[in-house]
Order: sequence, then structure tokens, then C-alpha cells
Amino acid sequence: MNYIVGAFKPPCNITITFADGRTGKQVPLKKENGQTVMVPLFQSQENIVGEVSIEPFHGKKVEHNGVKIELLGQIEMYFDKGNFYDFTSLVRELEVPGDIYERKSYPFEFSTVEMPYESYNGVNVRLRYVLKFTISRNYVSNMVEYQDLMVRNYTPLPSINNSIKMEVGIEDCLHIEFEYSKSKYHLKDVIIGKIYFLLVRIKIKNMELEIRRRESTGSGPNTYVETETLAKFELMDGAPVRGESIPIRLFLSPYELTPTYRNTNNKFSVKYYLNLVLVDEEDRRYFKQQEITIYRLQES
Amino acid sequence: MVSEGIEDEEKWLAEGIAGLQHNAFYMHRALDSNNLRDALKYSAQMLSELRTSRLSPHKYYELYMRAFDELRKLEMFFKEETKRGCTIIDLYELVQHAGNILPRLYLLCTVGSVYIRSKEAPAKDVLKDLVEMCRGIQHPVRGLFLRSYLSQVSRDKLPDIGSEYEGDADTVMDAVEFVLQNFTEMNKLWVRMQHQGPVREKEKREKERSELRDLVGKNLHVLSQIEGVDLELYKETVLPRVLEQVVNCKDEIAQFYLMDCIIQVFPDEYHLQTLETLLGACPQLQPTVDIKTVLSQLMERLSNYAASSAEVLPEFLQVEAFAKLSNAIGKVIEAQVDMPVVGSIGLYVSLLTFTLRVHPDRLDYVDQVLGACVKKLSGKAKLEDSRGTKQIVALLSAPLEKYNDIGIALKLSNYPRVMDHLDSGTNKVMAVVIIQSIMKNNTCISTADKAEALFELIKGLIKDLDGTPVDEDISFFCFSLMRRIFKEEQSSVARLIHMLHNDDPEEMLKIICVVRKHILAGGPTRLAFTVPPLIFCALKLVRRLQGQDGDVDGEETSATPKKIFQLLHQTIEALLSVPAPELALRLYLQCAEAANDCDLEPVAYEFFTQAFILYEEEVADSKAQVTAIHLIIGTLQRMNVFGVENRDTLTHKSTGYSAKLLKKPDQCKAVYACSHLFWVDDQDGVKDGERVLLCLKRALRIANAAQQMANVTRGSSGPVTLFVEILNKYLYFFEKGNPQITSAAIQGLVELITTEMQSDTTTPDPSADAFFSSTLRYIQFQKQKGGAMGEKYESIKV
Repeated sequence: MNYIVGAFKPPCNITITFADGRTGKQVPLKKENGQTVMVPLFQSQENIVGEVSIEPFHGKKVEHNGVKIELLGQIEMYFDKGNFYDFTSLVRELEVPGDIYERKSYPFEFSTVEMPYESYNGVNVRLRYVLKFTISRNYVSNMVEYQDLMVRNYTPLPSINNSIKMEVGIEDCLHIEFEYSKSKYHLKDVIIGKIYFLLVRIKIKNMELEIRRRESTGSGPNTYVETETLAKFELMDGAPVRGESIPIRLFLSPYELTPTYRNTNNKFSVKYYLNLVLVDEEDRRYFKQQEITIYRLQES
Repeated sequence: MVSEGIEDEEKWLAEGIAGLQHNAFYMHRALDSNNLRDALKYSAQMLSELRTSRLSPHKYYELYMRAFDELRKLEMFFKEETKRGCTIIDLYELVQHAGNILPRLYLLCTVGSVYIRSKEAPAKDVLKDLVEMCRGIQHPVRGLFLRSYLSQVSRDKLPDIGSEYEGDADTVMDAVEFVLQNFTEMNKLWVRMQHQGPVREKEKREKERSELRDLVGKNLHVLSQIEGVDLELYKETVLPRVLEQVVNCKDEIAQFYLMDCIIQVFPDEYHLQTLETLLGACPQLQPTVDIKTVLSQLMERLSNYAASSAEVLPEFLQVEAFAKLSNAIGKVIEAQVDMPVVGSIGLYVSLLTFTLRVHPDRLDYVDQVLGACVKKLSGKAKLEDSRGTKQIVALLSAPLEKYNDIGIALKLSNYPRVMDHLDSGTNKVMAVVIIQSIMKNNTCISTADKAEALFELIKGLIKDLDGTPVDEDISFFCFSLMRRIFKEEQSSVARLIHMLHNDDPEEMLKIICVVRKHILAGGPTRLAFTVPPLIFCALKLVRRLQGQDGDVDGEETSATPKKIFQLLHQTIEALLSVPAPELALRLYLQCAEAANDCDLEPVAYEFFTQAFILYEEEVADSKAQVTAIHLIIGTLQRMNVFGVENRDTLTHKSTGYSAKLLKKPDQCKAVYACSHLFWVDDQDGVKDGERVLLCLKRALRIANAAQQMANVTRGSSGPVTLFVEILNKYLYFFEKGNPQITSAAIQGLVELITTEMQSDTTTPDPSADAFFSSTLRYIQFQKQKGGAMGEKYESIKV
């Protein structure tokens, strides 16, 4: 038994390490199995430099048809399980076929890699960057080792950032005017604004502001849309009268937001909406949804 | 149902408290272990209990107070947390992550308080942010309590002048602005309560609102405590802004309460300097607001202020306080059409009180107030409502009490016009009050004009108003009471007449004429009370004139006794219509006596004639006749102006009537009294001894006849009293030297009496016996005294 098992046991240890003390810039990443691991953080155009070391177990040799490392950018649709779509694939051949008897290190480098999309872990879709190290073998399956990367891309302050201002209402029943100071917010931003009541003929119980994430995947008839409410923030308690103006101040930092992704590789998009909800005493909800853009601000 | 509701509420409160304590427990644990995250979490959960809508304000307050205590601990923790390295700005953001607004805002205010104390940001900015953010609570009760919390934690942190949080140049303005805004928002919430919920719970809601009113009013108190609010700022900003809110909220309860608050919390001198603004708001209030009470309070405070020191009085003049108040009251009354008359009169009473205290020297003001009151009352029916009349009595009594001088009131042209609006009952009460004031202060009414005005004023007592004569239509049941009240009223008028006096006879006569004119209009029931004092008043004048005989310069003066007597004559005649013959008779005799003293024989004779006519024609009652004849005899005896002829006529008449009295004893007594008519013990008095004796003999005869009559009718003779009395008359004239009265006659009379007394048929009478024996003792005494008198008595043996 042991023998048989021994025959399928990988004959060596593989370790992937990154150069230049990347260790400091690590961020948590949630794996499929629910565990959180720390992974290094990169952004587009960065060099991904490191070293892979192979350490065969004592007295074993590793026969191989070549050793390579790939940098993959993959989009995985959960409804299409197992099918990855690689939008980026870079390969570095590290060794011609042969045998490895003792510990050996292979430095690798992907220079100024184009990583246009951010890592994303959504409801129906996942976008990930991974280093795939492969020892190709005859007769037995290849030895593969993965190392996840986290990619975040930063945006400068938008040059145009208009406020969102709108008057909405139900005729002879409720008229409000609301204003959010900006249409684009960075992840640690604050939503400032106010709601002005022009006409109130219903008995309002309270008012809240929701942050909703709309993730749509696929295209055409196979479009899947998933909407999540990430924040419910009460803005007002009680019934206002005509002329009241209610302030809004919502800090985004407590919520797990991502930037807005529009049509990522024609596969999916993630959009954010502010949903203003008024609830009356019969628990009827009156709402108005407005899209906002969320971006990751380059930290200075 | 109701009790169930209360029980439910108790249950909800208990649940709320339990939930609050539960979370407070975990919060304390987090505080003890310096766990900020948990502290925020549990404090927010704890504060969530305040989100309830099920408690009445009263119960909610209980819950609030518990949360308040816990928040104090949290505040301490935040303060320490900033020392441990967590910046206050981070904390300020962190608490705003709470999803529910009410806990979020309580926490924000709590951190805000620490923020201001840290001085890392100007107090005004933090306060402004807090007061703005609190707008998120639009629920009246929850909003009021939250803002009250804000007010509470910020009270000692306002950027006031002299405060450690003082800011830049406009610092006071910032403090004021903050409090004003919080006040405005709170008031709006408070007013809104009125309009929420079902109509049938209106009463309950109003009760709840009144429980909450101090939360709103507290803001005004805070405003008044701000050091930097000086008169200027108050005038330019604070008051206009507060009033704007008060007027615009259009809510009865709020307007009344807040106006009262303004008056109570700000200093009097501010009110004085801003009267125009303050009063300007009054007519703009809702018509149902009890402005009367508000204004009364204001005037009350201002008058107290004026009374506090004489130095402030010029201020009142400078700002024309009276004119403004008076104007405002006029406008209020105009604006509040539905205000009951009693309300408007109440306002005038307050204004009058104010005027009397602040401007006691300005009678024109007083008159102006009364005039305004008349204007209000004119065109209305007489006041029937007892509260209204009470107010008018108060209005009219105020000047009397203040000046203690009816003369002042008489100068007020509108005073009687106000009185005209009282119903006759109250009018009389008021008239009595006026008279009492005069009596109390011993005020002398010294001119005819005043008398005229005064009597015009109290005409309710003097004559029947409304054409309803007194005592008619009054049931027997309350007759005696009414009668007594009437008597008291008329007696006070009588007393008043005695208060009229002027040293100048001319003027005095005028006064008398005036009074006479008034009282003669009073109708028969009053004359019996009012004529006698007038007569005596006039007689007093006559006596005075008589005393200064020398000065009378013939025809030039109108105030001659003769003229007065004519007047008196006519006045007494009025009594005949009452009819009050006995009273008239007495007054005629009084006049006759006075005429006698003035040496006016024909006048005196005329009065006597009148007296006799009355006796003959009007005095029918035998007892009254006895009294009347004795009065006539007594007066006539003292007359000395009459010539022989006139005197004879009159004495003859008197004796004649005496002898015609009904009862023998009365006849006897009258006749022996007549004896004095012929013997006046003066230097040049009549001394007609013969006729004296005649009278006495006649009296004896009558006495005898009386005795016999008694014997016949009762079988026993009456007492000998009459004889003893006649004996006394004999002795008198004997002593006075009447030659017709001899000792023998006396001797005879004594024996007669002795015999009578020993007779079996005589009814023993101890008093008569005693009378007789003391008379005998007197004779004995005179005998023993010796001298001329002793000699005279010598011959009498007893």
C-alpha cells in the first residue's frame, strides 16, 4: 500500500517566492474553501519577479519534459464550473527536459505585466491572477503548483465629478429632491448629500440609503444578474413635513466595496447603485436608484 | 381599555429598560477592557431602545434618563480613548458608521462633546455639524429628546464670550445661532405633534405636548444665560428670530407657552427696550391664544421692575412704554375678534395697574385706558357675565385704591362712562365702593362740580336705572335681604352727603342744590334715607350763616338763610309723596327751630303750620300722634321769635290737640307738657302763670277721669303715676316762682295721692310707689336745705 502511495507521491517540494520583500505588501484573499490566505499585492505594469525552488525528496529524482512558469489571468463563471477563460497568459520556460536530483532554484521575471483587471471574487464570477508552475512529466501527471496574486489598479482623482441631483415624486403624494455631492466615489469616500421634501402627503416612517452591487455575467440570453445590498443606512426617523431638508453623510469605509467594473473582458460587469428608500407606515417602499461609480484612489 | 393601555405601556417600558440594561452591561465590559469596537456596538444597541414609538413622553423620559446616565460613562471613555491614541476625528467618524440613525446621532453628540472639549476644532463648527445632523430625526418625541440631549451636552461648551471655547470675532453670534437653530427645530417638532395621530386623541396629545414643553423652553433659558447676549444682540437678533418662530408656528399651545417663556427668562430691561417688537408679535398670534394672560404677565413684570427702583422710570418714559402697551392691546383686541369681553377688560385692568404703578402722575393715561375700555364696551349690551363685571369693578376700583382720593376719579371723564356699562347690581356695588373709599379717606367734596360728577357717578344708588323700581318684582322670599341691602346702600349715600363741605356758603349752597336735584330724582323709597342728611347739611349751613350775621351784605349773596329755607321747604315737601309724614314733621320742626334762631318769624311760622297740617292730615296712628305732639310741644316751647298772636295760635293748637289724643293717660301727659308752653324759663320768656295752672288743673282732671274709667272698666283704679307726674310739674313751677302754684295746692295734691294709694281699689304698683316716695323725699330735702327755697317749702307738710 505504502509502496503504491509512494509511487504517486510527488517526488519533490516546490516553493514559489517573490523577490524584493514583497512579503510586506500582502493582502488577505478568500479561497474557494473559505479559508483566507495572505497573498502578495500587485498592480498593472508591475514586474513580477521571483524564484521557484524544487527540492526533491531524499534519494528521489525528478524526471521531466521541461519546467515552466505561467502567469494567468482567468475569469471563472460559477455557472460554467471548471471552465476558465484566460485573458492573460504569459509563459517562461525554465528548464529543458531532463532530471533533477537535488535542490534547484529558477528565478523568473515577468516585466511590466499588463493586468488590466482587478482580482474579483463575486457571486457568480471570479477573476483571478495566478502563477502556475508546471513540471511536465511523461507517464505520470504533471506536477503543478499555483500561487495566487492579488491585483488592484488605482485611478487618479477623476477630473469631472458631477453631483447627482434629481427631483422625483409621485403626483400629489410625495415630491422630493435629492442631491449627492458626487457621482464618483473612491472606496474610503464619504457620500454627502441631502434630501429636500417638496411635498409630503403620505405618512413616512423612515428613510434609508442602500448601497447595492449589481453583478451581471454572461451575455445575451445567458446573462445572469445578481444584486446584493451591501449597506442599509438609516437617514431619517419619523415623518417629515414639507420644507424639511435631511442631511446625508455615509462613510464608505466600513463596507466591502470594489471599484466599479464595466464590461470586464466582455464577461462581466460590477456596478454600484445608491438606492434611496422611503418607507411609509404601511411598510410600502418608495425608492429611487442612482448609479454611482466607485474607483480605487491612488494613495499618495 | 385605558387601564390596559397603561399596563401595556408599563410593560413596554420595563422591556425597554431591560434591553437597555442588558446592552449597558456589555458596554461596561467593553469599556473596562478598552474595547472600542465592542463599546460602540453595544452602546448603539443600547441606544436602539430609544427608537421605540410605544411609550408616552412621560415614560419615554424615564428611558431617556437611563440612557443619559450611560452616555456619561461612554463620554468619559471616549475622552480616555483620545488619550490612548485614537484621534478624536477618527472617533467622530467611527460612531457615524452605525446603521440606525437614532443611536448614531446620540453617539455623535456624545463624541461631539469630547471633540469640542479637545479644542481640536472650533466649537462652532462641531456644534453646527451636530445641530444639522440632528435633522435626521423627524419623529417629534424622539427628535425632541435627542435635541434636548444635544442642548444638554453643549450647554457648557458654547463659544460664548468669556468661555474657554470662545472663538473669533463673531463668537457670540455662533453660540446664539446654534441655540436658535436647535430651538427652532425643536419647536417645529413640538408643534408637529399636534397634527399627527387621530383626531379623537387630541386631548391626550395636548397633555403629552404640555409634558414636553419644558424641553423646548429650555433653549430660551440657555439663550438668556449666554453672557454675550447684550441688549443690542437681543434686540437685533435673538428676539426677532425667536418671535419669528413663535409667530410662524401658528400653534396655540406653543405660542402661549413661548411668549410666556420669553417674558419670564429675559431681563425686564430688555423687555422694556424691545417692547415694540415684543408687542408687535401679539396681534399676529393665533386668535385662540390667551394673550390676555401673556400681556398681563408682561405688564406685571414691568410694573414690578418700575417699582424696584426709581432710576428706571425715565427709561419707561423714554421708550413710551404706556403708548406702546396701550396700542398693542388695542391691536390685539382688534385682531382677536372672538375674545370674550371679559378678556379684553382683563387686559385693560392689567394696563391700568401698570399705569398706576409706573405713571401715577399721568391721569390722562388712566383716562385713556378707561376710554379704550368704553370704546370696547360701547355698542354691546350691558355685561351680564359675572366675571366681566368683576373685572370692571376691579378696573374702576384700581384708581381709587391708588390715589385714595375720589377727586382724582372724578377728573377722569371716562370713569362714569365705564360705569354705565355695568348692570344695575354691579353698578350699585361699585357706587358703594366709591363711597366707602370716600369715607375711609375722609375725603371732603368741596365743589358743586365735584358733587355733580360724584352723584352722576353713583347714580345707580341715587335713582332707579333701567326703569325698574326697587322692590318691585321681588318675591317675598328674598324681600328682607333685598331690603337690608337697600337700606345699607342708602345709608351709605346718607353718609356721603355729610362729606360735602365747603367753607364758602355760596359754593356750599350750590353743592346742596346739586345734591338735592339728584336725590329728588330717587323715587319715594330712597327719599326717606336721603332727604334727612341733606336737610341737616343745609341746616348746618344756615347755622354757619347765622353765626356770621354781620357779614351778610343784603341781597348780593344768594346764600341767605331765607333762600335756603325755601329750598328746605320744597325738599321736605317731597317726602310727602313717600309718604313719610312723621319724618317730614320732624324735619319741619328742625327747620322751624333753625328759622327761629335766624329770627325769621314768618318762616318759622310757616314750618309750624306745615307741621300741624301734617299732624292733622297725615299722622293717624295714635302712638305716632303722641310722639308728634310731644315733639311739637318741645319745639314750640323753645321758639322765641313768635309774636304774641302767632304764639297764641300755635300754643292754642297744641293744647287743643293734646287734649284730643285718644287715650286718657296720653291726653294727660300731653296736657301737662303743654304747661311749659306758657312758662319759658328765660330772662324774657313767656311767664303766664295762670295758664300754666290751667293746664295742670286740666291734666289733673283728665288723670281723675282716667282713674275713674279704670275703676269702671277693670274694677280697680290704675296706678297713681299720672298724679305723681303732675305733682312733679307743680313742684317745678312752684320752684320757678309761678305765683299761681301755691303750697296749699301742692299739699292738697300730696294728700290726694296718699289717699288714692291707700284706697283698696288701687292696684299696687311698686314703681309708682317709689316715684312718689322719692318725690316726697325731695320735698323733705328742700325743706331742710333752708334758705329761700326752704322757706318756700316750709308750709308744705308731708
